[in-house]
Amino acid sequence: MVNAYWEHFPHQADIGVRGVGPTLAAAFEQAALAMTAVTTDLALVAPAESVEIACEAPDDELLLVDWLNGLILEMATRRMLFSRFAVTLGGHRLRATAWGEPVDVARHQPAVEIKGATYTELKVGKTETGLWFAQCVVDV
Amino acid sequence: MDLSQFERVSDYEWRIAPFGRMRVPAVIYADKALLLEMDQKVYEQITNVAMLPGIVKAAYAMPDAHWGYGFPIGGVAAFDPGEGGVISAGGVGFDISCGVRTLHTGLKAADLAPIKQKLADRLFAQIPAGVGSTGRLRLDAAEMDAMLRGGAQWAVKRGYGTEADLNRTEEHGRMPGAEPDKVSEHAKHRQRDEVGTLGSGNHYLELQEIVEIYDAEAAERFRLHPGEVVVSIHCGSRGLGHQIGTEFLKQMVIAAPGYGIQLPDRELACAPLDSPLGQDYLGAMRAGVNCALANRQVITHLTREVFTEILPGSHLTLIYDVSHNTCKQEQHTVDGKPRTLFVHRKGATRAFGPGHPALPQDLRDVGQPVLIGGSMGTASYVLVGTAQGMERSFGSACHGAGRAMSRHQATRQWHGSDLVRELASQGILIRSPSLRGVAEEAPGAYKDVSAVVEAADRAGLARKVAKLKPLACIKG
Repeated sequence: MVNAYWEHFPHQADIGVRGVGPTLAAAFEQAALAMTAVTTDLALVAPAESVEIACEAPDDELLLVDWLNGLILEMATRRMLFSRFAVTLGGHRLRATAWGEPVDVARHQPAVEIKGATYTELKVGKTETGLWFAQCVVDV
Repeated sequence: MDLSQFERVSDYEWRIAPFGRMRVPAVIYADKALLLEMDQKVYEQITNVAMLPGIVKAAYAMPDAHWGYGFPIGGVAAFDPGEGGVISAGGVGFDISCGVRTLHTGLKAADLAPIKQKLADRLFAQIPAGVGSTGRLRLDAAEMDAMLRGGAQWAVKRGYGTEADLNRTEEHGRMPGAEPDKVSEHAKHRQRDEVGTLGSGNHYLELQEIVEIYDAEAAERFRLHPGEVVVSIHCGSRGLGHQIGTEFLKQMVIAAPGYGIQLPDRELACAPLDSPLGQDYLGAMRAGVNCALANRQVITHLTREVFTEILPGSHLTLIYDVSHNTCKQEQHTVDGKPRTLFVHRKGATRAFGPGHPALPQDLRDVGQPVLIGGSMGTASYVLVGTAQGMERSFGSACHGAGRAMSRHQATRQWHGSDLVRELASQGILIRSPSLRGVAEEAPGAYKDVSAVVEAADRAGLARKVAKLKPLACIKG
């Protein structure tokens, strides 16, 4: 049984990202994969270099938005795409490593730049089957 | 949307009387067909906006309204700081001062035909577009602050344009009250080498032909003639604006309960205009406006360079530059009394009517040019602000078509390469770094901009002047 996966959900102007996993940290990792997939095909991004990210927020939902916005900042300033993530959570603090490589327009064919993760459709919780999920809409 | 939720004021105006915590009514300007198609989320969001403290008169939605972040995209709301009025980061949006400018090229469509391909290729090569692109300029800390204070005026001082450009830009190219100190280092870092870049998504640079004139007098004043070619540039404040939006949205979400503001939706996060956070955001947001104005000015310069290279002696003059994601301090007459209000326009274009002192002197008697961008491959429009619009929507009109389907649906329905071929057969050249991006922006994924513009005209928000047809499009 697949117990960690990501998916997109529709939003009229933009796109929703949802991560599902056995732990909250796994759901956060999957949500990040879903976000990269908004821009490019994940299989095209080599996890060659790593970047460390840390953030904290008053609750899990705000923490998800902070995590994704932290990644967006790294993507924008380093001009990188990421395809592998390792997240550890303690309270409402997050520490993570993201692996990826610099954008190669010809190879990655990046469809769209992500402006920010939003509070729209923002939800973190457990599914009926007991898995964790973490989701929100990203503005592109 | 279910029409029984509305009181029909006219064929183009639909009202929701205040209920629950709404302080004022909500008004949607649209025809019946557009309203029926509109997402129910627009109803929820516009009624939520009507609950915010200090809102004046009504919360308005333009004919292109769709589901946004807290505010609907196509939302207009004015707040009075003297009545506890608020400022909302979501009411401005992530792409602060995203907007459109249109320039005369002096060319006839027939003159363009033999050089169109070359011009499209050179514009695509010279104007950075798409994910990961960088501009020609790299700003150090001092230049960054100068750009954030000076906007398009900064760009013109550096040689990227002329005084005449500033005369045809809102705020004369520089939003006063910008506070670069309120913009984070992260936001500045994101912008360091992004000045003069188009961005991605629905942003573009387009060569367009004027194909129809609706208002001969206004068209003459804007010097728009059938068969002539113009260039339109649609982009915003790039990474800096996005980062300001992200950071202040979070701060406002956390601070709102402390200000006694009950948020019907977290995304509507706001702060009182006279609070320290409200003032900080205002200073940062105004710096974001300047960033967008500088960005469009530098792209204008790059466009002129390409034209000069291919057509020595060519002269591109700015018709006007509008912003459609802003909050601006303006004077409006409400119930016969002049008031100073902060008008949020999220995906709505300022459309000041004749006589407004903010308009350039040479256009003041006719009204503000209102530039409505289409989507790739579809028409764009020029409208003019009206006296009625000042009354009906604080001088605001629509901003574009708005999506009709999600990006995912669009990529399932169309392939980028097919679209490029199909549009080429219609005489529209597409240049883009990403074929998937082209598919996501397929013309069919957007609502009919013509219906939106028609509704804005009929509702009296702004009057149709000219229709523009795309000839070549550089997509981010």
